[in-house]
Amino acid sequence: MKRIAANGDQAVALSWKQINPDVCASYPITPQTIIVEAFSDYVADGEVDTEYVCSESEHSSMSICIGAAAAGARSVTATASAGLAFMWEMLYIAASMRLPIVMTVANRALSGPINIHCDHSDAMGSRDSGWVQIFAENVQEAYDNSLMSFRIAEHPDVHLPVMNCLDGFIVTHAIESFTPVEDDQVKKFVGEYKPLLPLLDWKNPHSYGPFDMPDYYYEHKYQQAMAMNNVIPVFKEVAAEFEKLTGRKYDLIEKYMVDDAEYVAVAMGSTAGTLKAVVDDLRKEGHKVGCIKVRLFRPFPYQEIAKALEGKKAVAVMDRVISFGAVGPLFSDVRSAEFDNRIHPRTVNYVYGLGGRDVGVEDLKVVFREMEAGTAKNINYLGVKQ
Amino acid sequence: MISIKEMTAKPVRLTEGHRLCAGCSEPVVAKQVLLATDKPVVVSNATGCFEVSTSGYPYSSWNVPWIHSAFENTAATISGVESAYRVLKRKGKIKDDMRFVCFAGDGATYDIGFQALSGAIERGHQFLFVCMNNEAYMNTGIQRSGATEKGASTTTCPSGTCIPGKREFPKDITKIVAAHELPYAAQASPHNWKDLIEKAAKGFEAGGPAFLNVISPCPRGWRYDSALTIDMSKLAVETCLWPLYEYDNGKWRITAESKRIAEGKAEKRPIMDWLKSQGRFKHLMDPKHSALVEEIQANVDRKWDELIRLSKH
Repeated sequence: MKRIAANGDQAVALSWKQINPDVCASYPITPQTIIVEAFSDYVADGEVDTEYVCSESEHSSMSICIGAAAAGARSVTATASAGLAFMWEMLYIAASMRLPIVMTVANRALSGPINIHCDHSDAMGSRDSGWVQIFAENVQEAYDNSLMSFRIAEHPDVHLPVMNCLDGFIVTHAIESFTPVEDDQVKKFVGEYKPLLPLLDWKNPHSYGPFDMPDYYYEHKYQQAMAMNNVIPVFKEVAAEFEKLTGRKYDLIEKYMVDDAEYVAVAMGSTAGTLKAVVDDLRKEGHKVGCIKVRLFRPFPYQEIAKALEGKKAVAVMDRVISFGAVGPLFSDVRSAEFDNRIHPRTVNYVYGLGGRDVGVEDLKVVFREMEAGTAKNINYLGVKQ
Repeated sequence: MISIKEMTAKPVRLTEGHRLCAGCSEPVVAKQVLLATDKPVVVSNATGCFEVSTSGYPYSSWNVPWIHSAFENTAATISGVESAYRVLKRKGKIKDDMRFVCFAGDGATYDIGFQALSGAIERGHQFLFVCMNNEAYMNTGIQRSGATEKGASTTTCPSGTCIPGKREFPKDITKIVAAHELPYAAQASPHNWKDLIEKAAKGFEAGGPAFLNVISPCPRGWRYDSALTIDMSKLAVETCLWPLYEYDNGKWRITAESKRIAEGKAEKRPIMDWLKSQGRFKHLMDPKHSALVEEIQANVDRKWDELIRLSKH
């Protein structure tokens, strides 16, 4: 298919149109709204035959997806920020019922103060809910991840919900050119949904969400944990198939000029793109720098990260969120991954870009400069006005 | 209307062996509701006594597809199930004509579940929502809800030396639901199985959202002998505290015993008969609370008269 121009939200909506899911639950919240608006156009024009449910809240959107997925329907929704926080209770339930719901999250800061712009507080708040979390750098990835999400979620070894994250405004609203997959190829790649134990199979009645006492709850959580472990090989398998189809190669992490680098920055989402430009600039000046983009955040690719950072002089981990009274969530995972290796580079944390604070090339050069000079503290607040 | 003998031959959808209290009205209500349709049915259950007592893993009392996801969202959950049904039927993947029902307590209907209920009704999903109204949060140990009667003593609105139990009248959720102008809403009581099943059957076949509010006596929370549950539900109707009526496509109709009372063919019993039958109102027997008893009676009378007026239009 030829390249087209669209913003990240429109690209995600296009992927949904090509997939034609059975049920879409919708509630508007900035910066996600364009997705459900664009998809409602497809519904209104009969381009999909999805049952499109305008719910009265995000909590109900996720509840609708749970009911629909349990009934045997391929189910999607999208949200951001407070909407994701409002779903928090239901995220755990969707995951514990092993329902392969796919949800796009347009990452946005949490209140208060209220702020509609990008950071990762919302996704990090749902970090431990049992959802697979994939982060996109740009419009192309937001689209590609959306297609792959369904395959990962519905894989028999996984059967877990997947969160497809893209940076609010930076990716959701910025128009970029990207290459979609042909409609028939999408249909073939994603395939027809074959539900497991659907409620609508009334001749073989199943119970979803029974009461669990201490004698079984732990075992059910263990099974969820094991299913999460299965995501890594499934992700690689699906990505390999996707590469064959499109030529676009994706892995759990993306390494950029890392192999011979002495100083490495690690980030997720759109900032990884800016970091690559910074690395290019600094390399021209002779600095041995590189960067790593974490695409799959849950389950966390501990081994891949540890291997990639082995023997580096210093590592800066970029968190677009504050974990009050602790280190950043990405930092704690990266540092934990490194610990199992004998050689621990000095690893520092940068909190940055909260509430949509712009983070440009010059801002990120500071990170490498401070790493090289050894002046970075354990936790640094990049560009905060004192 | 089929006979009770014919009904006993129908398949059992909620089996014995559940862990509800002796004398609990909830399984009686659920069984009556589930007898009201022969079509395949999917049940969505709100968190509460009924859910925890019928589904303790690895056992289940349910012979029909059943889902419980949370406390406040049973109507949203069934919205999803019913949406899946609609689309899969349209795509030819489902052939059967199916029905959808929610069971929720009064907390999950009047309070925390109200938004999801209102949203699901507004969207017009075809489902029957059954509120098993025992007038408090009984699963967590008898705490006040928006359905608790004025003057009742619960563990969060206890009768003390200064405050005689709950200070507010319950909200009239059946009328609030009817204000959504849905196809069908009704109040029923398990003592009159015929009236209840007829209403549930109308609800199942309403072609859109339907609501059934059922008085569901709780021996633990109301403090009465567990053998008297059905008598208690009957008394609620005889005092007109719990009138039996329906809102059927815009028409209000008083039914069964309530109809006989409205027509002067049966006695309207004083509210004192209701209050003295239960330990939760015991403190109201003290003459110092006679004004409060009169207030409760006046409220019953006012609501009853209003219902008679509505039913005449």
